[in-house]
Amino acid sequence: MKRTLLCTLLALSLAAGCKKKEASSEGAAEAKGAKPVTIQNIGSDTMVNLAQAWAEAYSKAHSKISVEVSGGGSGVGIAALINGTADIANASRQLEPAEEEKITKQAGKHPTEHIVGYDGLAIYVHKDNPLDHISIEELSEIYKEGGKINKWSELGVTSIPGAKGDDIVRISRQNNSGTYHYFREHVVGKKNDFKPGSLDMNGSKEVVELVGRTPGAIGYSGLGYATPAVKFIRVSKVKGEPGIVPSIATVLDKTYPIARPMFMYTPGDPPAHVKDYLAWINTDEGQKIVEQTGYVPLPKK
Amino acid sequence: MEHEAIKVAPSPQGRVEAAPRGPEPPWRRRPLETAGEKLLEWLIRLCGVSAILFVFGIFFFVFREGAGLLFGELDLARFLFTTEWYPTSNSNVRYGVLALIAGTGSVTILAMIIAVPFGLGSAIFLSEFCGQRTKETLKVVIELLAAIPSVVWGFIGISVMNPLIQRVFDVPVGLNVLNGALLLALMSVPIMVSIGEDALKAVPDSHREAALALGSTRWQTIYRVLLPSAKNGLLAAVLLGVGRAVGETMAVLMATGHAINIPHSPFDPVRTLTATIAAELGEASVGSSHYQVLFVIGILLFSITFAVNLAADLVVKGIKKS
Repeated sequence: MKRTLLCTLLALSLAAGCKKKEASSEGAAEAKGAKPVTIQNIGSDTMVNLAQAWAEAYSKAHSKISVEVSGGGSGVGIAALINGTADIANASRQLEPAEEEKITKQAGKHPTEHIVGYDGLAIYVHKDNPLDHISIEELSEIYKEGGKINKWSELGVTSIPGAKGDDIVRISRQNNSGTYHYFREHVVGKKNDFKPGSLDMNGSKEVVELVGRTPGAIGYSGLGYATPAVKFIRVSKVKGEPGIVPSIATVLDKTYPIARPMFMYTPGDPPAHVKDYLAWINTDEGQKIVEQTGYVPLPKK
Repeated sequence: MEHEAIKVAPSPQGRVEAAPRGPEPPWRRRPLETAGEKLLEWLIRLCGVSAILFVFGIFFFVFREGAGLLFGELDLARFLFTTEWYPTSNSNVRYGVLALIAGTGSVTILAMIIAVPFGLGSAIFLSEFCGQRTKETLKVVIELLAAIPSVVWGFIGISVMNPLIQRVFDVPVGLNVLNGALLLALMSVPIMVSIGEDALKAVPDSHREAALALGSTRWQTIYRVLLPSAKNGLLAAVLLGVGRAVGETMAVLMATGHAINIPHSPFDPVRTLTATIAAELGEASVGSSHYQVLFVIGILLFSITFAVNLAADLVVKGIKKS
């Protein structure tokens, strides 16, 4: 009894490390031939709600096709594409050259990029926080390694109802999320790193949830994840300029400074059923779902 | 007496030696039966050895994945003694796990400070004070506590403890060392109770009787007689609890705030070694140095849990001898 316990303990502590990998390895093999044709769609956590909504609507209209969506992060989707276990990888950032090379090497085909919509990266604070405007420079000072802003009073916020103390509780993402990469590139600074000590959440939803529970917190996450417990604030490029509210209009006309395209990647020229699915996403019907789930649809042609 | 009872109805599969003397039994073993028995014996033997195979298999796998970096470009001193963990940095990739070790250490130590009095107290109560009925009920409930999946604990940490800690202790964020330690304490108490109780039960009743005969009170019996004679078993119980706490992943990933930080108080968020592996391995591309460094962390964890479990095992052996 004690001995088995020892062994289980040992095994458990290690098994934890391998847990995440299993999820992505099933299914892709049966994409051809099996009765309802499955499309494996893996990747970005930012896009997972949207991808699921698409999959449901598409499967309803096309009973023979079933789209299986799983999240995990842009990196997971791209890794799945490299390993050949995904038909479509969702990514909230562009492929890095190294990744592109690996896919080309593994699949024998160059990956194809499809832009399927846009996402405004909203800056969230607790709903009771009086702050309603922030600049990219200030955000950078809050988040970057060696940045100077650590207290709410340095942003001119003197009292937040319910908050304990003056410290800004920084909420960030795990270091291989697409959102993390995007935020580093466009806010923190390409060559900079994040200030240590931020609470790194494992999903877009978790960021917003934690901000909603923590009056002294600030966080960044997709526009579509807003809840009644949080509010997103206006963002300006430079301090002093009027801030822009993230919305469909401001993302599309590029006045909102931290918006990004959302990508779907396929290895080379995809098979017909995958191609049909991607084409459907670009139709009005598919793009309506983008808007319904809180993202920004592609501009009308 | 007992032997006769067995002999009354010898089953066809009964051992030949079970019927001494007497005429030859009317049945004989067929070769097929003997072969079947041999096969089963081997199967069971295989099951027994498989645990060893698995442990070594896991160790080999983890080591193989991490070895390239461990014996290659990784500067072990910087790895162990700096706090900067930037595995995906564009400009300056740094692998320092000191803050993660501090995270695991602080959560585990605080968890043990909370869990040891409760776990051992409960073990003493179960073995010395309570009646049979209460004992059965308590044991069932404690086992139930052990059966709660760790992700559920994490959920409790986020949704119940987080606001509670914020309110009670007046701190800005409730996902911190204390939160994780409370969960870990609750998770490791069941192990401590069951093993601690076994250890106390193993103390011969003659010790208790002798102590009482000498006029000692119940408390004196426990403090002066039982605890010293069961100390090895109780230590093993604590060490197994420590092993559980060090290795736990999901609950601490959710409850500690997952922030790279050397804690200065129980109210600082931290990140543990296990949580780092769980959060990052899925997205590190296979074979990259980020992937490998996560396996080096795995080796580090393996060494820690191995040391703790070995200590526990040696201590348990100590009891058996005495």
